[in-house]
Amino acid sequence: MTALFALVRRDIRIALRVGGGALIGVLFFLTVVVLMPFAVGPDLALLSRLGPAILWLGALLASLLTLDRMFMADHEDGSLDLITMSRTPLELACAAKALAHWLAAGLPLIVATPVLGLLLNLDMVATGAVALTLLAGTPALTFTGMIGAALAVTLHRGGLLMAVLVLPLSIPVLIFGVAASQAVIVGPMTFGAPFSILCALSLVSLVIGPFAAAASLRQGLD
Amino acid sequence: MTLIDLANPTRFLALTARVLPWLAAATVILLAIGLYQSALAPDDYQQGATVKIMFIHVPNAWLSMFVWGVMSIASLGTLVWRHPLADVAAKAAAPIGAAFTFLALLTGSLWGRPMWGTYWEWDARLTSVLILFLMYLGLMALWRAVDDPSRAARAAAVLTLVGAINLPIIKFSVDWWNTLHQPASVMRMGGPALDKSFLIPLLVMAIAFTLLFVTLHLAAMRNEILRRRVRSLQMMQASRVAFSSETGTGSRQGNASNEAGAA
Repeated sequence: MTALFALVRRDIRIALRVGGGALIGVLFFLTVVVLMPFAVGPDLALLSRLGPAILWLGALLASLLTLDRMFMADHEDGSLDLITMSRTPLELACAAKALAHWLAAGLPLIVATPVLGLLLNLDMVATGAVALTLLAGTPALTFTGMIGAALAVTLHRGGLLMAVLVLPLSIPVLIFGVAASQAVIVGPMTFGAPFSILCALSLVSLVIGPFAAAASLRQGLD
Repeated sequence: MTLIDLANPTRFLALTARVLPWLAAATVILLAIGLYQSALAPDDYQQGATVKIMFIHVPNAWLSMFVWGVMSIASLGTLVWRHPLADVAAKAAAPIGAAFTFLALLTGSLWGRPMWGTYWEWDARLTSVLILFLMYLGLMALWRAVDDPSRAARAAAVLTLVGAINLPIIKFSVDWWNTLHQPASVMRMGGPALDKSFLIPLLVMAIAFTLLFVTLHLAAMRNEILRRRVRSLQMMQASRVAFSSETGTGSRQGNASNEAGAA
């Protein structure tokens, strides 16, 4: 337990210090959201209608971009081999790494959401709904994305290939995240149904992600 | 004859060389019977002649999921039993499955235009099949991105097993979300809801398409084995040429490696 806690603390520290690059994700999120009004035109009514979708898409892309850092740096300096050989089960170590990654790169996105909601003309309730769905949904993005990150590090290929592999898996999260936010703002649907499916997706990925990532690391690193 | 006997690629090649002509003939005969019966099937009282698209669409859709199932079992073979032909089977199945999925989407949208009034609808079944198609393409990209087949095999196996979660979602999407695509009418509790005049051609076509997949898959596996042999012979020859030019006894060794390459 202390080993896992130490791993989480170490990863967060590395991510937040110089060269860690956790906060670049937030910057990217901000830039993508600022780009959108230029693409669809500065129509405030339209922006508030598209707001949840824009925020979700931005968060999805931002979390995708920071993913390949999860194992790559550790692989380069050799600490990934130590983690693989240590007595802590690799599945738990992967889960701890993903948790640290989410705390360092996922949480700041949610903190930034209210500010960006202001830019997109979302009112208080809508912003709260989007932030809540992001809080429930981004762990799923991180934990399924971890599978892609593990594959990328074993194949020595990152970037586009990883995006192509991970994005189809994150479509359900996007669907239910946006559906739950829209349910609060316009929808005839209730907030509860899509939101509980979103939470279920996060819980499922919490189980499957570490096992799949550990399997691919164990098979692939040699 | 168990699965482990087929671990020897030469034995596998010999067996499939004997089986393949029979399989191909059976496929052609069944496809001919199925197409003939589909053409003779009566028009539906609501759908008219477009009901005949179903005889192509439904087998393709079944196979799009069946092929991923085959790939998942092959992936277990790669990861758990380390069967030497499992990754060949998984690799050979991916493009075939992608083709079946594409045909299912294509025939579905051709049928949807006159019946639903739209080529595409973001319905749960259609979306989940589209995700399946994207995952097939991603797998093929993964196979192509890495030049070492065994390394690519293990990565693809993990991804295939993760993607298998999509299969039950596709199967039950029409029951969970009450949307445009019609629910299952053949494999359901209480027997098929189809009339016999539609059910029999459909079943014949489904068996024919499954046989078509088996035939294509075995042929693709043979090609993949032969391709790997050619590759390893080429590597051997290249290393021999490099070695002989280093030591300076080029001509004799070069001839020998040429012969090995031709064999």
